[in-house]
Amino acid sequence: MYGGGYIFDEPNRNQLREEQQHDEPEKLAAFEARIANGEKIEPGDWMPAEYRRQLIRLIEQHAHSEIIGALPEGTWITRAPGFKRKLALIAKVQDEIGHGQLLYNAAETLGKSREAMINDLLSGKSKYSNVFNYPAETWADVAVIGFLIDAAAIVNQVANAKGSYGPYCRALERICYEESFHLKQGHDAFIELATGTPAQKQMLQDALNRWWQPIMHFFGPPDKSSSHSEKLMQWKVKMASNDDMRNQFLESYVPKIWELGLTLPDPVLRKNTATGRWEYSDPDWDEFFRVINGGGPCNMERLQVRKWAEERGRWVRKALMKPMEKRVLPVA
Amino acid sequence: MSNDSLDPRVNRLKLGEAGEVVKVEEGENWNIYEVFHQEKRGAHHEHVGCVHAPDPQLALVFAKEQFARRKKCVNLWVVKSADILAFDVEDEDMFANNMEKTYRDASGFKVMEKINKFKQSK
Repeated sequence: MYGGGYIFDEPNRNQLREEQQHDEPEKLAAFEARIANGEKIEPGDWMPAEYRRQLIRLIEQHAHSEIIGALPEGTWITRAPGFKRKLALIAKVQDEIGHGQLLYNAAETLGKSREAMINDLLSGKSKYSNVFNYPAETWADVAVIGFLIDAAAIVNQVANAKGSYGPYCRALERICYEESFHLKQGHDAFIELATGTPAQKQMLQDALNRWWQPIMHFFGPPDKSSSHSEKLMQWKVKMASNDDMRNQFLESYVPKIWELGLTLPDPVLRKNTATGRWEYSDPDWDEFFRVINGGGPCNMERLQVRKWAEERGRWVRKALMKPMEKRVLPVA
Repeated sequence: MSNDSLDPRVNRLKLGEAGEVVKVEEGENWNIYEVFHQEKRGAHHEHVGCVHAPDPQLALVFAKEQFARRKKCVNLWVVKSADILAFDVEDEDMFANNMEKTYRDASGFKVMEKINKFKQSK
């Protein structure tokens, strides 16, 4: 029953019990031994309060990213070039919303209600992936998102799928399966533009130039500046360091970009054959934090659209809630 | 009114003011239903996840969208999560087996040995 954490008309079975409020050394040691042993932690198992808090934060923000991430791509459904591209884009956007729901369910098993998560998204308390605060200006942006943002997400999700929390791993397994279609259709659209007319190539190169910095931001700040991730690695909440994931992404995808005759807007980007690691110029991290904190080109639009949907959909949700309750006109 | 978005659909909306507070009430996202997926007739229904829905009929509709988009599916069950009765996770030890359970297994009865011994003794 890994989705049944929050049930609004029943007492919540996964609420923290008194003895779970404080981490007892013996239980903590047993918990850490289980994780070191490769076991999965399941809902209802004892877990340190900090583990629960960090997991809720991680899974909830992942869920928000899926929901908000559907907006820049959804923009292009009505204008997708051709019937096949339109079908694929609709299917992809539907998948993303489905992923959001799978992830909200996984977070709910930890005791936070879906409504509370949505409220934290709307109030700005809970974040989502920074890349979605940028606009998809042309069809080439959709190809770049579908190919490279999804590729980056897969690197992250494949790593997290080996984490310690069972419901999150199971959700990610399903998500990664569907993401492989997203990546492939994105790559296909990307190649089509890259091998097309000069105007198409130019449009793709322009989109790539604009998206490269957000993509480099995607995995988060460099390891040297991020704090307290050691415990999260030990608890298998965080499965790979930001720099390692970034390096893995560059290793897999930069050659696929270069082989199509495209360039990337970083003159020092190259693989160091001696170390086997990629070298790149540090993206602007001040810009990253400025955008996360609301200063990006689309932050406001994304949240306003989400709020609009919540408000305008409310009467439908309420009407469905009590199907027998009919509205009656006053007699006099 | 234009919202100055690249999305023509967004520009047609009457978006609220920036900083407007929108709050979803607890319970507004309905109840949770567990979903069980059947791959072919006669196979066991397998638990695959859950959906939020206002009633069982809509739970089935949402379950179809969420869990039967791609792979083969011939049937789905939905059950309100609250209606599932389960043992406490902490009572897991009650399933611990006595290792010596051969009296329950065919392998626990050495018939041929006895027959052979009987034949040899003749």
